[in-house]
Amino acid sequence: MSRPTPLRDVHESLGATLTDFAGWLMPLRYGSESAEHNAVRQAAGLFDLSHMGEIFVTGPQAAEALDYALVGQLSALTPGRARYTMIVNERGGVLDDLIVYRLGDEEFMVVANASNYEKVAAELTDRAKPYDAAVEDRSERYALIAVQGPRAQEILATLTDADLAGLKYYAGLPGLVDGREALIARTGYTGEDGFELFVAAQDAVPLWQALTVAGEPYGLLPAGLSSRDTLRLEAGMPLYGNELGPELTPFDAGLGRVVKFDKPGDFVGRSALEAVKDTPPRRRLVGLVARGRRVPRHGYPVTKDGAVVGEVTSGAPSQTLGKPIALAYVDTGAEAGLAVDIRGSQEPVDLVELPFYRRNK
Amino acid sequence: MSNIPDELSYTKEHEWVAGLDDGITVTVGITAYAAEALGDVVYVQLPEAGSSVAAGDSVGEVESTKSVSEIYAPVGGEIVEVNQAIVDDPSLANSDPYGEGWMFRVRIEGDPEDLLSAAEYTALTSGES
Repeated sequence: MSRPTPLRDVHESLGATLTDFAGWLMPLRYGSESAEHNAVRQAAGLFDLSHMGEIFVTGPQAAEALDYALVGQLSALTPGRARYTMIVNERGGVLDDLIVYRLGDEEFMVVANASNYEKVAAELTDRAKPYDAAVEDRSERYALIAVQGPRAQEILATLTDADLAGLKYYAGLPGLVDGREALIARTGYTGEDGFELFVAAQDAVPLWQALTVAGEPYGLLPAGLSSRDTLRLEAGMPLYGNELGPELTPFDAGLGRVVKFDKPGDFVGRSALEAVKDTPPRRRLVGLVARGRRVPRHGYPVTKDGAVVGEVTSGAPSQTLGKPIALAYVDTGAEAGLAVDIRGSQEPVDLVELPFYRRNK
Repeated sequence: MSNIPDELSYTKEHEWVAGLDDGITVTVGITAYAAEALGDVVYVQLPEAGSSVAAGDSVGEVESTKSVSEIYAPVGGEIVEVNQAIVDDPSLANSDPYGEGWMFRVRIEGDPEDLLSAAEYTALTSGES
């Protein structure tokens, strides 16, 4: 039985198609997922992300504990800023990708994927034991609502006095939104400007409704997981379980830059990652654009001259490019003459630089 | 509830068949229920006009943002016409599944079997939803 978010009744009243995602009952789409995708690219979209996990790490040695537990150097983070990072196992395999917000000198919020946060909370608790730091999973208490798109700031500004214009990308500040306490973060997973609002679970429904009313003149649409997936795919952002997993290191995914070897002290996975950091991975994560209209999908083989040279991890028709796109792990060195085996037919694809889509700033 | 017109026949694979009473040539498409379950249809591959099909053959496919489904021939016979309009604009499958979104026409050979009435198809889809 899937767990509902605090916004389940709102989704049902909007006629959403609901789906199980990582044990949660989530809106897949409200109407046309293409319209939702385009609204985020051209105006704004409203997302319920309450399935994400919020784990707090607090105490005098919270920063040191996270430096040991994660691949990033969180002790170097200024309060009010956030960082994209990962938690890996001793072999360097990715257990989850995370956004860590430093809320104060001794207070961090680790945002983990829905499918992983219980595991991440358990790992953090274990890894923090030698430190004077407390780990607490507060996911049940929080709802997370995102407003994403070029009009997001204008919409949110009608509901808050917080200094949105001064809020940098990957920064977060506490503020009142529609009179409700929120952590306002300039983060997202769509490739657009936008905000993520962490609020108390009981404030989710009134905040959603206030944002819906405020966004109406700007073209804001409620947007489901289907459009969220195509938006992040166009932006070249990895999805845990597709592009990331325990058998892959951050280097395999082309995200070795998140591993901070120069930070002081040991961290879980250091020796395994140092051993692979200068070795080109056997396969690397690349972008593919299909020449035809059939869509490469998760698990389809990538081929070259009839031989399998890789595998698609995510694929979808791209609204923005007007062609099917995919992320795939492909043998290092295989670049030209690629195809994807789509149900037995070799459909030609071109390897491209990521991301597929980059917004105009 | 999806629209399920009384005058059509249906398959368990969520296709509709029109013109069965006239006996010779039938029109085939996917149901509103199927289109809603797929989401926005982005690609339709249809059989070639002139080809012969047996009932139950996979003759094409429908792709949406999230998934892909095969199209099966609900009856055996010769494909006499395909709808180029839906190949050019696959969203017709969503916007007008029983009209402009038709997919192909078959000249029937032999007796069509196992088609469902609107009432039977309604029962099938209410069991799934």
